[in-house]
Amino acid sequence: MTKVDILGVELKNPIIAASGTFGFGREFDEYFPIEKLGAISTKGLTLNKREGNKGIRIYETASGLMNSIGLQNPGVKGFIEDDLPFLEDKDVVILANLGGSTIDEYLEGIELLNNTSIDFIELNISCPNVKEGGMAFGIKCSTAELVVSEAKKVSKKPLIVKLSPNAENIQEMAYSCVEAGADGLSLVNTFNALAIDIYKRKPVFENVTAGLSGPCIKPIALRMVYEVSKVVNVPIIGIGGIISWKDAIEFIMAGATAVQVGSGNFIKPDITMDIINGIEDYMRQEGIKSLEEIRGII
Amino acid sequence: MKETYRKGIIHTNTEISPNIYELVLEGDFHGRPGQFYMLRGWEELDPFLPRPISIADIDSGKIKFLYEVRGRGTHIISKLKKGHSLSLLGPLGNGFDVKVEGKIALITGGIGIAPMLYLAKQLSGEVHIYSGFRNNAYFLDQIRPYVKAVNIATENGSVGHKGFVTDLFDPKDFDLVYACGPIPMLELVINMCKGITPVYVSMENHMACGIGACLGCTIQTIRGMERVCKEGPVFKGEEVVLND
Ligand SMILES: Cc1cc2nc3c(=O)[nH]c(=O)nc-3n(C[C@H](O)[C@H](O)[C@H](O)COP(=O)(O)OP(=O)(O)OC[C@H]3O[C@@H](n4cnc5c(N)ncnc54)[C@H](O)[C@@H]3O)c2cc1C
Ligand SMILES: Cc1cc2nc3c(=O)[nH]c(=O)nc-3n(C[C@H](O)[C@H](O)[C@H](O)COP(=O)(O)O)c2cc1C
Ligand code: FES
Repeated sequence: MTKVDILGVELKNPIIAASGTFGFGREFDEYFPIEKLGAISTKGLTLNKREGNKGIRIYETASGLMNSIGLQNPGVKGFIEDDLPFLEDKDVVILANLGGSTIDEYLEGIELLNNTSIDFIELNISCPNVKEGGMAFGIKCSTAELVVSEAKKVSKKPLIVKLSPNAENIQEMAYSCVEAGADGLSLVNTFNALAIDIYKRKPVFENVTAGLSGPCIKPIALRMVYEVSKVVNVPIIGIGGIISWKDAIEFIMAGATAVQVGSGNFIKPDITMDIINGIEDYMRQEGIKSLEEIRGII
Repeated sequence: MKETYRKGIIHTNTEISPNIYELVLEGDFHGRPGQFYMLRGWEELDPFLPRPISIADIDSGKIKFLYEVRGRGTHIISKLKKGHSLSLLGPLGNGFDVKVEGKIALITGGIGIAPMLYLAKQLSGEVHIYSGFRNNAYFLDQIRPYVKAVNIATENGSVGHKGFVTDLFDPKDFDLVYACGPIPMLELVINMCKGITPVYVSMENHMACGIGACLGCTIQTIRGMERVCKEGPVFKGEEVVLND
């Protein structure tokens, strides 16, 4: 009943664990069978292993949190050797979330992932571009187009581009990425945000700013998904502050084919199971046979 | 499968010293000394994250926590009354090794005393505790029956030695040291013990998931970044990289 199709890949349900909040699934599999999820997006990978940021990495805000993890990850090769086998043993759809600081790094990462069993590449374009003085790839359409079109040329996997809400104009950004070859879009990543320690008279985070997520961003994320769904014709995965089945249904009504749950996993490790059950109950009550019936009805 | 957040009914929630509360919950909870639970004392989304709190004791169908009111989360928990319930996830983390022998020193600063009752109860060697406080000493009366000696220091001298607890302690007298407290104290203890006595410290960091997935709670160790909630919170002193 709850199954959805994304680019020919069937998901048991529209609930995907969001990148960076779910590791590679191992820890959560101790609390519920992760096979029950529609899909899993891996911790953000980069070509080479990264240690991540120093200093404080997590800071609570009103109905959400800021994070500055700095893409600590084992590198694409480390993932393929040590983490992918665990996921391959599970009957679950895998999105390999890939970041990079240069276009070449993205491309080399894609080439390594091409020869694996992952189902999708989720291209994280919120990463700082070293060639552009650290401005993220996903801010200006021209930069995003470049990385997406190059990625599309080498990728043998369906390419889902994960948009940053910090883009200058989210509709133009979505349109540009699809024109450049994105097979699907996921949005949003975290909002660039600031917190100040007034006693130390310094920013809380060493990198000054950090990414805001959680229920506090939901209404803006929902608006962005709604707007993007009006200008593109590819599947959209909605992300941002989803912690209940009602939130998930809202995103679907706004045009999302599936949704990701990120910060919500910190409230309760098996929150995704509550969301899936809630969606089933709602569909039964409302006499909905397929989520297609309500997708994009707003 | 491990258990997800579950409810614990409050048996008592008492202020045992200004701003220091002892919380006792009913239920079949388990865990080792030095392990912790993530606590949520509210149904709302705000505060968003659960709070990590060490196991202070577990005994016949009850679990005890000792906490200091610092910000909003602990303030909300301090207002809960008998019969109210809290959600908790755990036990989490590695904990202290209790299968050790010889003469052991427990060194605590402030609320770092929280895990020491449960630890002292389970250690079989000769245990001496050194506890430092800002002005009031607390919780030691409960620990006293399980240790050979209690040493106290307060910053204002109101109880015990006036100054830091590290003034009282000589690592040469011990085979093993366990410490929990503020980072500057842990740093001092690690340096004092260097090359003399093995020391294990319980570390703190802001946490989101508490189960090892978000990489939010990592600290620098000689092996690289490690998670306080998973590889820790107890680390070998010489392996922790402090002050960079
Ligand atoms: C493994 C571990 C065990 C702990 N055991 C105890 C204990 O037994 N008793 C006790 O009183 N305290 C303990 N702490 C510290 C306790 O978690 C914090 O004091 C508490 O989270 C503060 O929450 P708050 O809402 O009062 O403060 P706020 O400042 O409102 O908290 C805001 C955010 O910062 C986090 N935070 C703030 N200070 C700390 C800190 N020192 N450590 C970790 N997170 C922090 C909070 O969890 C929350 O996410 C422990 C911490 C860790 C990591
Ligand atoms: C701790 C943390 C780490 C994250 N790491 C990544 C990452 O590595 N790659 C990525 O594309 N997004 C990452 N994100 C963003 C989430 O996948 C998600 O897009 C964002 O948090 C918004 O959703 P939410 O409000 O449900 O959390 C991270 C978010 C958090 C909170
Ligand atoms: S709190 Fe998430 S990894 Fe430790």
